[in-house]
Formats: sequence, structure tokens, C-alpha cells
Amino acid sequence: MGDNFNEMLEADGSVRPHYAILHKWLETQTPANLRAKIREAESIFRRLGITFAVYGTEEASERLIPFDIIPRIFAASEWRLLEAGIAQRVGALNAFIDDVYHRQEIVRAGKVPAELILQNEAYMPQMAGHSPARNVYSHIIGTDIVRVGANEFYVLEDNCRTPSGVSYMLEDREAMMFLFPDLFAKHRVAPIEHYPELLRQTLDSVAPPQCDGEPTCVVLSPGIYNSAFFEHAFLADEMGVQLVTGDDLFVQDGWLYMRTTRAPVRVDVVYRRIDDDFLDPLTFNPASTLGVPGIFDIYRAGRVTIVNAPGAGIADDKAVYSFMPEIVEFYTGEKPILNNVPTWRCSDADSLAYVLEHLEELVVKEVHGSGGYGMLVGPTASKKEVAAFRQILKKRPANYIAQPTLALSSCPTFVKSGVAPRHVDLRPFALTGDRMRITPGGFTRVAMKQGSLVVNSSQGGGTKDTWVLED
Amino acid sequence: MLLGRTAASLFWMARYMERAENMARLIEVSYRISLMPKPFRAHQDDWSSTLKSAHCEATFADKYETASQEHVIQHLVLDRENPSSIRTSMETARNNGRAVRTALSRDVWEALNATWNELSCLRMSQLSSDKLPAFLDWIKQRSMLFRGAMLGTALRHDSFHFSQLGAFIERADNTARILDVKYHILLPRGSGPGSSIDRQQWASLLRSVSAHRAYRWAYRDASYQPWNVAQFLILNQAMPRSLLFCYDWISNESLADIEKEYGETWPCHDTATETMNLLAGADMKQIFQNGLHEFLSDFIDRNNRLTAEIASAYNFP
Repeated sequence: MGDNFNEMLEADGSVRPHYAILHKWLETQTPANLRAKIREAESIFRRLGITFAVYGTEEASERLIPFDIIPRIFAASEWRLLEAGIAQRVGALNAFIDDVYHRQEIVRAGKVPAELILQNEAYMPQMAGHSPARNVYSHIIGTDIVRVGANEFYVLEDNCRTPSGVSYMLEDREAMMFLFPDLFAKHRVAPIEHYPELLRQTLDSVAPPQCDGEPTCVVLSPGIYNSAFFEHAFLADEMGVQLVTGDDLFVQDGWLYMRTTRAPVRVDVVYRRIDDDFLDPLTFNPASTLGVPGIFDIYRAGRVTIVNAPGAGIADDKAVYSFMPEIVEFYTGEKPILNNVPTWRCSDADSLAYVLEHLEELVVKEVHGSGGYGMLVGPTASKKEVAAFRQILKKRPANYIAQPTLALSSCPTFVKSGVAPRHVDLRPFALTGDRMRITPGGFTRVAMKQGSLVVNSSQGGGTKDTWVLED
Repeated sequence: MLLGRTAASLFWMARYMERAENMARLIEVSYRISLMPKPFRAHQDDWSSTLKSAHCEATFADKYETASQEHVIQHLVLDRENPSSIRTSMETARNNGRAVRTALSRDVWEALNATWNELSCLRMSQLSSDKLPAFLDWIKQRSMLFRGAMLGTALRHDSFHFSQLGAFIERADNTARILDVKYHILLPRGSGPGSSIDRQQWASLLRSVSAHRAYRWAYRDASYQPWNVAQFLILNQAMPRSLLFCYDWISNESLADIEKEYGETWPCHDTATETMNLLAGADMKQIFQNGLHEFLSDFIDRNNRLTAEIASAYNFP
């Protein structure tokens, strides 16, 4: 672990300039004091109901995501690089989805194989030929980024469907400003609290062409038992729009309405936090009770905008991921600023052979999985776990991709034994509508266990506030 | 603009909160009686009559054979199979509040959420005889905190009125049911002060709606008169748990204000006004003559009909 990039300290142990104030401040803090602050933060989160439901436990219990009180800091120059890389990638992703559902120039140009798209589960034939407002498909993208060196960033995943976590980004900031106002004031931290405003502007800007006047936007949630329900309610509240579930909405005479205590009210933009499959039982999964029957037809007719668009998942598919360098270059004409992790597609016989031989060194993930379920982290797995996974992998190789384990950077984190370096990743949020809006920073996840590389909240990872310093 | 579902959630949130508080009060009375020496206890006053008052006999019978104190308390406080147990009521109230938290003030939400956070960890071992009274007190306090937060911080819009409808329909239902289970002890049977068991029953009845002291102030009787007790709980306009008081609020406050805001009336308005007028014009003698039990059954039916009519008028899902 010694050769991992330490975000606070140089290799010789000296402190990086943008961490100087924090480093000095940490030296004045006692563990007892920090522990008291953590308890204070947790009781605030618990009281406000900022919780995360964890699946697979006895009952879908509500848990707090561990909150680490030591912020992660980016210097302005570091952020400029990241921001340019995110903007480039997000632009390419939307151009790619538009192309996939229209002329498929990228296939014609021979940059990606046709079967990668047409035989992909994430490709949605019903979307072919449809052009949503402003030709934007993935309005909200949360790109998972890890760092391995001073200016070396890798994208692990592009979350183009319904990325979550932005409420933690905002609440972690609130908590830091409340708990450590002095420390906060000593830094020039770029503000993020206007994210809901930016989101609202983005939603308004993609109202369907047939909407005249002020668009009515809603947040569509699966309901209170969903793991991210808190975030759905939070965003609706902050944006000042209605939080609805499927049974609040209905299609009549070719328009979408919500049921109110009085006359029905027309809806123009649906920021949905339910998966494609559940969106419309008439078009997709007929058993779904979460969606709205008939919504897809009026979507295709341009009478409502669905955010993010159905079928946008083709862009964050893990098999498509491995082609991202080609995709970025094809649509932007530039070399990618952010790196892609080398990826073995296990559907390919040679790759599978290599992966089976090197399981102990690799991370193996499901092509369509998310949330850190069903994955193998070779270097930290037991012999038994590796053996079991080998059998699963042999049975359904096409279901998996493998990547080398990266030497994730670490940040100072407050754990039982005191302040110690722990591995982190970053999920910045990019909004695309009439223009692109990227909030400085993002959602930093931290693996609270020593040496662990798994930062998912469903697997016990924690969060940190992320500070982007202004020049 | 208010979603039909939001209105429904506000209604049920307040209704289940009210139910939890009423349940706590009912258990408190039974517990008190169980401490009395035998001669002061009528045979009907065992724990099985508590189940009847709480309207939980059926769910209890599904799970237990004998109505021991432990079983009844377990069922009325903790059992998840019982939709009216204090735990389930609080959970339902909180889940409804959580679904519409954008429509709640932060104080209301915190009152709900903090209560549930503590209650969700509650075990039967914390409800032993010595700890039960403090627990029931706590439940009442939490309900009152919720009510106070509602009254003190909620905007007086449609959303507030829907929550009040839930609370007062539940309260009226509760008072009517408790009276109906015990109506036989209130029936007139000539003069005389009544036995000590009678007095004990009347006092318990009043206690179960937190009215035993208010009764003294309202009637200045040295002893309880059964017809006064009935009058107090049904027709007294000043008594906040009487049927008349509840309907005054439902009809003349909540539904009237919604009508003012929306400019529309529905069958629920007619039903509420009709029930209100029936109560306002009634006298106790007449009610006893026509049958107290019949009167109460009819009232409970009307009250249920009102809920259904409100749900249909305002598009509850």
C-alpha cells in the first residue's frame, strides 16, 4: 500500500500546499474531540432521516452512511483538469447515445462492433429514431473517478441512468459548515449548494417542444422503501417540485397528468428515479406497478420529457465502457483527458483464459451490475471466494468483465485508531440541458477499512465532504 | 396544488398518531384497574375487555389463546401483525409522513422521526409492570409534541386540514367505540348512587379519554352520574374528545376551510353537516330512549362513510 498516491502528503512526507491548513488543524485536534463531532453529525443525520436502506439485511433497515469528518481537498488546478475531462466525456456520452439511436455512424466507421450495440441488453430498440428535446439523453451523469497519481485520473464507471449520491454531497457540506465553521472559513471552498437550482434549470430547459409556458416538473420515485428515497424527497423539496410515485400520474388523451385533490395537473418533465424496465408496463415490464401506463408513447410523441431518457444505459454498459477511448475520440476529435481502465471482456475466449489465470490480481464485475454486489476483488478475496467465483465466471463468462486493481489514492480519514489514510473515489455530477453544468467537487466515497478498495455505501463505505479550492 | 396521495398520507399520518395515543390511554386505564384489589374489579374488567375496547379481538385471537396481561400488552403495544398496535401505528404514521415529508414542516417531521427511531428498538422486556406507565406517558407526550408541532408550524392550507380530518375522525371513532363497548354500565337503572364497582367503571371510562377531572369541573357532581358521563362524552361542546366537539371541528373548521379554498362541495360535506346537526340537536334522554347502542353504531357507520367520501372526493389513491 506504500506506493499509493497520498492526496495530503508528498512522497517525502511533506504536506501538499492545498492541504497545509487542514494538516495543521488536524494536529490540534484530539481523537476525543473528533469522536464527539462525529457523534454530533450522526445524531443530526439520524434526526433528519438522512438514511440509506441496505438490501439483503433482515428487513430493509435504514442505516446511516458513515460520515467522515475530514474533508477531501482539490486544488483549483487539479479541479480544472478534472472538470475538462468530465465535460469532454459527458459530451461524448450524449453524442454516442444520440448516434446509437439514429444513424450509428460510429458502427459504420468501424470504431465499435455492431453486435456490441444491437445485441446489448441495454440497447432499447423502442428508442430508435427518437430525438428528445435538445438531443440530450443523459441529463444527469455521475462519473465514478479514481486517482492514481498527481495528474492521473481513471474513470471506473459512467453512471448515465439514475445516478444517486448528490444529496450526500450536499448534506455532507451542510454538516461540515455546521461542525467546523472556523476550518471551513479558512479555505476558499467553491460553493455547491446551488446544485438543486442548476438541476431545476436543466429540467426546465429540456421541456418538450409541445410545452407552452412554464414547464411543470416532477420527481418520480419508487416510494419510501427505495434505498435512495431520502434523496428523491430532498431534491424535490429543494427544487420546489412535486415528489410523485407512479400511481400519482396517469396518461389521458395523449398527455401526462398528476392526480391532485382538485382537477388533474399536466406534467411536462419527469425526473424519474425508477429504472427503464419499470417505467411503463405497456411498453416494458408488464408486471411493473411503479411506472405509468402509456407514458412511453407520449414520450415518443414529444409531449413529455423523461430524464434521463430511456435507453441511456447503453452508454454506461460495462462492455461499451471498454470502447470509451474510441468513443471520446470519435465524437470530440480529441484524445481523452481521463483514462479508461484496461478491461478484459470475458465473452472473448482469450480474455476469459487470461482472467481465469489471473483472478487473484483482478477485479471482476458483472456487466450490468451496480452497487458493488456480485463482484470479486481478487487481491483481497480469500482462496475460497476466488474458487467459488471461478465457477460462476465459467458458467456465464459473457456476464463479466475484469480489470486490474488500481492503486487508489488515499486521503486522511478518521477511524478507530485515529487519523489514517483510506482509499477514496469521486463521483462528480454533470448536468446537461441547454448547456452543461458541473458542480465543483462531488460525492467522495471512502473505504473505511484499512486496505479495502470497495467504497460502495451498500458495502460499508463512508462519505466525505469534497472541497474544491478557488484560486 | 396538493397531490391526492399527499392528502391521503397527511390524513393517515395524523390518524395513526391519534390512534397510538388513544391506545396508550386505554392500556393505562386497564393497567390501573389491574392494580386494584379484587372487590373493586368487575368481572368484565379483565384484559379481554381491553382488547374489545381497542377493537383488536380478532388479531389477538389469531396469535394467542389466553388474554393474559403480558399477551395483551404485547399485542397492543408491539405486535406487527396488529395494525393498531402502538408500534405499527407509529410506524404507519411515520411512513406516511416520510412519503410526504416535503409537505411537512421540519418540526413535525422531527417529532415523527425521533419517536419512531426510539420506538423501533423497543423490546417486550422494557414493558414490564414497573416500566409500563413511564412508557405510556412517553407515547402520549410524543403524540402531543407532534400535535403541537402541527398546530404551531403548519401553514393553514388544505394540507393542514386533511391532517386534522384524519385526527378528528379517529378521535370520534375512538370515543364512540369505547362508549359502545361499555354502554351497558351507563344505562339508567333507577335512582341510587350506584355501587362502588359502578363508580369505578364510570371513572375508568372517563380516564380512558383523559376526562375524569374535566368531568368534575363540567358537572360539579360529587359522584358520577351515568347519564352525565354519556352526555359529557357525546354531546358536550367544550370536551375536546366528545363526538360533538370532533364533528364541530371536522365540519365547521376543516371541511369548511377546504371548501373555502377550493370553492367546491362534495357528498362528504353533506354527510359531515348532517352528523354535526344530529349531534347538535340531540338530547341524552332521547338517545337513551331510542337506544344508546343503536345510536353509537349508527354514528360509527356515518363516521366510516365520511372517510370513504373524503377519499373519493379528493382522489386518495
